[in-house]
Amino acid sequence: MSAIESVRAARASGRPTGLDFIRNIFEDFFELHGDRRFGDDRAVVAGVARLDGLPVTVIALEKGHTTKEKLERNFGSAHPEGYRKALRQMKLAEKFRRPVVCFVDTAGAYCGIGAEERGQGQAIAEILMECMGLETPVISVLIGEGGSGGALALAVADEVWMLQNAVYSVISPEGCASILWKDASRTAEAAECLKLTAGDLLALGVVERVLPETGEDFAPLYALLKRDLAETLRALGAADARALAALRYERFRKFGVVKA
Amino acid sequence: MLGKGIFKKPKNTLEASPFEATAKKPGASGEVCVKCPACRTALFLGDLAANGRICPRCGAYFRMGARERLDSVCDADSFEELFSGVVSGDPLRFPDYENKLAQARARSGEPEAVVCGTARLGGVPMAIFAMEPEFMLGSMGAALGEKVTLLFEQATLNRLPVVGFTVSGGARMQEGILSLMQMAKTSGAVRRHGDAGLLYICVLTDPTTGGVTASFAMQGDITLAEPGALVGFAGPRVIEQTMRQKLPERFQRAEFLLEKGFVDAIVGRREMKQTLSLLLRLHGGEAAV
Repeated sequence: MSAIESVRAARASGRPTGLDFIRNIFEDFFELHGDRRFGDDRAVVAGVARLDGLPVTVIALEKGHTTKEKLERNFGSAHPEGYRKALRQMKLAEKFRRPVVCFVDTAGAYCGIGAEERGQGQAIAEILMECMGLETPVISVLIGEGGSGGALALAVADEVWMLQNAVYSVISPEGCASILWKDASRTAEAAECLKLTAGDLLALGVVERVLPETGEDFAPLYALLKRDLAETLRALGAADARALAALRYERFRKFGVVKA
Repeated sequence: MLGKGIFKKPKNTLEASPFEATAKKPGASGEVCVKCPACRTALFLGDLAANGRICPRCGAYFRMGARERLDSVCDADSFEELFSGVVSGDPLRFPDYENKLAQARARSGEPEAVVCGTARLGGVPMAIFAMEPEFMLGSMGAALGEKVTLLFEQATLNRLPVVGFTVSGGARMQEGILSLMQMAKTSGAVRRHGDAGLLYICVLTDPTTGGVTASFAMQGDITLAEPGALVGFAGPRVIEQTMRQKLPERFQRAEFLLEKGFVDAIVGRREMKQTLSLLLRLHGGEAAV
């Protein structure tokens, strides 16, 4: 599959969303709303659940399926209060020594007047900094679109996994083509150049694992995730929480090819 | 260049800021004069530089290069540069990137879009970084992220406060996902410096946007901003396209951020050094002997 085909697959409207993953992998999910500061951003779903018996915190960026849902969820683009809600749940997870699982699927953090007024940049900066020191295991799974800082905000994790047809990029290929070449018709070329496919990102060390997809049947993937998330979180949970945060820093510290 | 360009439809709102950088030395590219975009007065570049890149007639701020910035706040002869050998590669072999880097180096006279080091300010030792607007508008790639990270790590080790000046159009898209990873990397370094009980003061200058705003620019213990500086996550043009409406007049300017609670104070260029000196001393900074 070419890079632009992956982009299309990642955005396809029939693709399962964050809530589908939550419903098919966890038991006893109980949603917890609101950031306690401004409101409840429906683009972010967060709560507590059980994974193979293990209590966990689950956070997902949710795009919705129907037009009504998509509007309610703002097409999966979170406002600052969405990131503050996610951070609140992460801090609770740390307090109660629960591991965190994040599902990432967003075109990006929302760009709008309200988002700027309420500090979109500050909200993302804060969650990045807090996640870097969070003393509990975190695994993020990129399930569809991974759009820039709005996706990274939920992907500062001990391990980042990615679905075979998901994409993860600093900018959309459309944005890249129009800014760099002032030519939207070169989107496919931009998608290639950006190295945004699961295979590219595995080679760059940005993700630890690529999870195979089997067409439109996601049942095998849900089963695989259920088993492997539980196993990996149990292993990570056995490590010292402070040492884990130090390893997470080293995980991100290594990125950057620079000439000496 | 400024005078003519101002009537053209801007390609990019950030590039089209009326207070475009004029870091070039007078005469470096044949220009000796510039017209103040605010009051239309013709100014000699030499006079403008001598006046801290502030229009002597109307007080408008022009962008300031990294070296000038460091000179304007560090004690004389106290700045010692660090990590100047860390420069951008082309990790994704992105079309035309090597060329753009070469142009940026020629234009700015800097190897990378941030200058880092240690210095004294009012006698107090500190680590300091200043971003360079003439180098791809301070965009963040792996080398920039690495230099900022190294500076915070060294400051943590040597128990120094960090003072930073930001100016950035955001992530450097030619480095793709590796540029995005710098947001997490720098955030981790700032976090560790903070966990060690050390002070970080960040000064936001025009413009600071995108991935830099969403990482180390907004992670200071104290956040200052220059008057009128544009600071945001999304650039104003992106927001106008998304919202399909004109933005309010002073939207995303420093004064707007102060009102919304995202900066601690707006500090003019002439008061910057004494303000930083006061804040360093109020946080236990003592003049080195």
